[in-house]
Amino acid sequence: MEYEISLLTSMCISVLFALSLNLITGFCGQISLGHAAFLGIGAYLSALLCKAGIPFLATLPLAMLLAGCIGVVVGLASLRVRADFLAITTMGVGFLFVGIVRQQDWLGGEMGVSAIPDSGLSKMGFMLLTLALCIATALLCLYIRKSWMGRVFNGVAEDEDTMRVLGIDVPRYKLAAFAIGTALAGLAGGLYAQHLKFIGPDSFGFVESITVLSMVVVGGIGSVTGVAIGAAVLSALPAWFQFIGDYKLLVYGGLLFLMMRFSPGGMAALVTRMIGAAKGGRA
Amino acid sequence: MLFLELIAQGLVQGSIYALVALGLTLVYGLLRILHVAHAALFTLGGYLGVMVTNATGSLSLAFVIAMVAAGLTGVAMYRLCYEPMLKQPPFVALIASIGLYIAFEEIFRIVFGASGLSYMAPPLQQQVELFGGLQFKQAELMVMAGTAAIIAVLAYLQTRTRIGVACQATVSDPQMAQSFGIKLQQVRDINFFVGSALAGFAGVWVALLNNLVEPTMGSVPSYKGLAIIVLGGMGSVRGTLMAALVLGVVESFGTIYLGKLLDRNAIAFAFLIVVLMLRPQGLFARS
Repeated sequence: MEYEISLLTSMCISVLFALSLNLITGFCGQISLGHAAFLGIGAYLSALLCKAGIPFLATLPLAMLLAGCIGVVVGLASLRVRADFLAITTMGVGFLFVGIVRQQDWLGGEMGVSAIPDSGLSKMGFMLLTLALCIATALLCLYIRKSWMGRVFNGVAEDEDTMRVLGIDVPRYKLAAFAIGTALAGLAGGLYAQHLKFIGPDSFGFVESITVLSMVVVGGIGSVTGVAIGAAVLSALPAWFQFIGDYKLLVYGGLLFLMMRFSPGGMAALVTRMIGAAKGGRA
Repeated sequence: MLFLELIAQGLVQGSIYALVALGLTLVYGLLRILHVAHAALFTLGGYLGVMVTNATGSLSLAFVIAMVAAGLTGVAMYRLCYEPMLKQPPFVALIASIGLYIAFEEIFRIVFGASGLSYMAPPLQQQVELFGGLQFKQAELMVMAGTAAIIAVLAYLQTRTRIGVACQATVSDPQMAQSFGIKLQQVRDINFFVGSALAGFAGVWVALLNNLVEPTMGSVPSYKGLAIIVLGGMGSVRGTLMAALVLGVVESFGTIYLGKLLDRNAIAFAFLIVVLMLRPQGLFARS
């Protein structure tokens, strides 16, 4: 039971993290290849504050705040570049974060931060907390998508210049997407640090940014349910199929490639297409 | 003295970056695709270089085989992966490319083992002294000379031969080029072959410099390569070349003066971000 609870907790964290990237990349069309840095910012802040004696629950909003603020700074920087340039810039932010953490002794350096104090919650309680936060995030995403802001995000993703012509303050919405998305990533980071009780620079590198991107892509960029299912499945795969453990990256890489090659809309599009085909068959 | 040494080391590293980034630039100029999987060809070149040299004792044969194999694999990547994606939004090809690269890295690890391969008798390791004091390994001098030679040949081919001009025309205006009877497919194949062969060439050199090839050796050049083509202004061969050398030198100075603050990769990307904030169009692009 202990194992199942732990697996479910890490699935919820993955889903939350993937939803946060989906807000930026899926909703607003701003591709980010360094999203794990924000998971890391949240994780480090929460872990260090916990070690300084601040209760775990109080560190979560602070983790969100810091990650969100740095997200806005990165967003501000990103306003000057578009599409491919943005992908490379965000990738750079990821490398920068890992590079800084690795060289700073007060952040644990190469060794990372270990022995993170307990949250005071039982394993079950912590799982329920992550599950609740995860569901709240999904609902928030669904709400945002239906709102005016979500529609503008979609417009920016589809055709930024047209939105400008329509008189919409595109930079403001891009920054909003960055702020919300990175703050949620910071939240996921706080939970991540508490769940594993250990964090190090390698937990937030390029591979992790790509892993979460593959969750978003495999689920279906832009679709909330698709991304949630994609993240849940991909994060549990290595646990369900032990033999995948060693080949995890091969599976992720292969899936990324095959999905893009044959169904760029991800599983969400695949399912829609299959339903469409089934309906078409009947008609 | 330290100053000159740092510049020299930077130029050696920059030459390797240039060889990798040139292929990326050729692809970006032609198809507007960020070809991350390019680095897999670099690693492939490294492995073939070591294996052929160990088996036959001939370094030149190793270069030929590594370049041809990398070139052909590059063309296969284009045909099987990128060509069907040209009509999709750009991120589709980017993500597919990342996926392809990760898969390749894992395949190298599974096939050749995680610990890597080395030369049994590494060639070109003698120290040479230049300008009264600067120490170089023969391989380091050769990689700088080799890069310069290859780039000179490329520049000649690009401006003086039919196929080179066809390439340039296709980059600047594909439709116009097509209407003048240039076969786009052929130009793209050749482009991928040449760019990929250069990556294979660079792979053999890095294997010589480090006397080691490992599955992950492509990561750093790949991401740096992307940074370099952005710095160089996306798609400009001359800009890429300059940016590669500049980045090599910036890194070698950075590791000495900023090493306590940031690691080598972080220095490169910090430089990239600062440059992009000041010049969003890249370091060497005409605005």
